[in-house]
Amino acid sequence: MKLVVCSKEYEIEEKVDNLLSALNYIKSYHNNSLAYRSGCKSGICGSCAVLVNGTEKLSCKTVIVENDTVEPLRNSNIIKDLVVDISVQNKLLKKANAQLQSFQQDTILENDVQIIDKESNCILCNSCYSSCPVYEVNKEFIGPFALVRAYRYIDDKKEINKKNIIDHIQDNGVFSCTLCGNCNMVCPSLIDIKGDIMKLQNKSVQHGHQNPNMMSGFNDSLDFGFNPNGF
Amino acid sequence: MNNIDILIVGAGGAGLSTAIEAKRAGLNVTVVSKTQITASQTCQAQGGINAVLDDTKDSIKEHIADTLKSAHGIGNEESIKYMCENAKESIEWLNKLAVPFSRDEQGNIAQRKLGGTKNKRACYSSDYTGLKILHTLFDTCLKEDIEFLEEYMLLDLIVERNTIKGIVALDICSGNIMQILAKKVVLATGGYAGIYTNYNTNSYATTGDGVASMNRVNGEISNMEYVQFHPTALKGSSILISESARGEGGYLVTKDGIRFIDELKPRDEVARAIYEKIQNGNEIYLDVRHLGYERILHLMPQEYNLTLQYTGLRMDEDLIPISPAAHYSMGGILTSKDGQTSINNLFAVGECSNNGVHGANRLGGNSLLEIIVFGRLVGQNINNKLDEITFEDKEYEIYKYHKEEYKSIMSYPNEINLYTVKEELGKILFEDVGLFREQKCLKQALNKVVQYKKDKYLMGLGDKGKLYNTNLKEFYELQNMIELSILVIQSALEREESRGAHYRIDYKNENSKYNKPTVMGAI
Repeated sequence: MKLVVCSKEYEIEEKVDNLLSALNYIKSYHNNSLAYRSGCKSGICGSCAVLVNGTEKLSCKTVIVENDTVEPLRNSNIIKDLVVDISVQNKLLKKANAQLQSFQQDTILENDVQIIDKESNCILCNSCYSSCPVYEVNKEFIGPFALVRAYRYIDDKKEINKKNIIDHIQDNGVFSCTLCGNCNMVCPSLIDIKGDIMKLQNKSVQHGHQNPNMMSGFNDSLDFGFNPNGF
Repeated sequence: MNNIDILIVGAGGAGLSTAIEAKRAGLNVTVVSKTQITASQTCQAQGGINAVLDDTKDSIKEHIADTLKSAHGIGNEESIKYMCENAKESIEWLNKLAVPFSRDEQGNIAQRKLGGTKNKRACYSSDYTGLKILHTLFDTCLKEDIEFLEEYMLLDLIVERNTIKGIVALDICSGNIMQILAKKVVLATGGYAGIYTNYNTNSYATTGDGVASMNRVNGEISNMEYVQFHPTALKGSSILISESARGEGGYLVTKDGIRFIDELKPRDEVARAIYEKIQNGNEIYLDVRHLGYERILHLMPQEYNLTLQYTGLRMDEDLIPISPAAHYSMGGILTSKDGQTSINNLFAVGECSNNGVHGANRLGGNSLLEIIVFGRLVGQNINNKLDEITFEDKEYEIYKYHKEEYKSIMSYPNEINLYTVKEELGKILFEDVGLFREQKCLKQALNKVVQYKKDKYLMGLGDKGKLYNTNLKEFYELQNMIELSILVIQSALEREESRGAHYRIDYKNENSKYNKPTVMGAI
């Protein structure tokens, strides 16, 4: 089976149908210098996201077919082959204050846990970051995974200081998102990122923030080529 | 890099718990990780974390007794007692950091039954317990402004006059060899079950680098023969299916649907019973169909999805073919209850360490507990006499050695493929140093592995570059794996008895002569 990795063709044994196994095979027997990240082999460590035929996928969870192309994630500098620089990740998470600010004791029921269940399964694979069109034009954008993590704490009943987090996701934050939904399509943890960001927009308004795009009038708002409201 | 008070090597649950407590004690803390911070082994823990939360339904005494029983006489009672007595407080600590534990109908933290106990003792977050704990700890570290050095691999410990001075590490990204000095060092580098390549449930990164480094400085290591084989890994891929599947009522059956063992016996017994059947030509399956689709999806969504993805089978409709696989190392760097190693100012915590909480066999739910309880304990006490330690700003010999060694490695001929060796090593270990062991096979395995050690100079790299050279990283890892394999085999040969996870078909019974941990490397 033919596989194209970083524009180079490789012949893979037919029995290898998992992308991570194929990369291991290439590295072991064809090209020792091929660089890619990997770890748990079971879709939970978030290391091995790449583009397969242009779409973000975890290598360890991807079944390959003839002529598939494999490339590094978008929107980050390439260090080597399939390895990209994701050092911006921690800066974005810090900027969003996406951590518990102040604990409060409260009765927590299973329903409360379920509200943040998917969000607390984020594996930080950076697929959403790669798929996001806003990043292409605005590297300061807090972006999907950091906003999801902000949402996970804002909607956690243990957080008493929700406003603190909400205040930190305004600058290049919730209202910079175009709600295109690319991130939802590529999230391996099946998080409804777009839905969460929409809820964060509502919460922001409830906490006294305004949508800067609305303030300057529709015609002057940033145009990313997609308008979910159909204007 | 200098002026670090506390250098923590490893960013799993143990390393991050230590880091948080040390930072909160006002210390300057740096965490070094071979992988990205949230990619450590902890994220793969599924089933739960043990604690007695309600003493009307369970008791600390029983938790201690169950753990001691499972340790088969070579556990450390002091460590076990401390872990069990501090379990509830650690769950409360995690809860306050905002770990989203699953809840029962009254809103209490939900608990499930795992093997080796009669009681529902394991707190959980569906079957993503490790992932949610790890990420919550990571978020806390960001809030505490803890320094991270990501993708740095530990090469060796810098030790002078039996005192730690820092580490030598490979900066994977730049390819530079670094000397990182610190007043105190904590090894939280994880286990070594990854030596069983292709026959283990662990991450590729779990290559026991810390334990191997400790061996190279003649530090004390212990119980290396004790590797736990998890009963239920998916056949072929060795993907972990947690004990929670059996804890929630799953069965182990033959193809005719016949159960053959109490599924909630300790892992060593269940794994051996399965493997014996498999060796006799049977297929063995996990059967959770009777739990129903909704319950399966609620309680074990990860297991359901992994099974579907790797086997194409549905847990609610199909029997799932399983096989035991290496899962956890009970042995490692010998420490006191407080994590002190045989080297001054050097601590070890978590799976890389052996403070005696697991002895001959670990109970499900005790590993997450261990990393939190003892990670915190090490972090809380590490301030002790820190001011008396001074830095010596110099290039240590081991650092100079590694800079030269790097050049040598780059000049080795590529006559033997290191990846082939890695796979062969895994197969040899699983077959000859696996669930059933005997002198003849162990010696046979030892000869082969010793030869691999000698072949190091022929395992040259195809990648001679500096930038993100994973070929080089994997060369270093393989040398650690070979070194550790030799220790595992030597310890397995030395222990001429069967006890817990170590089973000798030529010595089938426990022998009181071996009623103590195996210790190597004493100076």
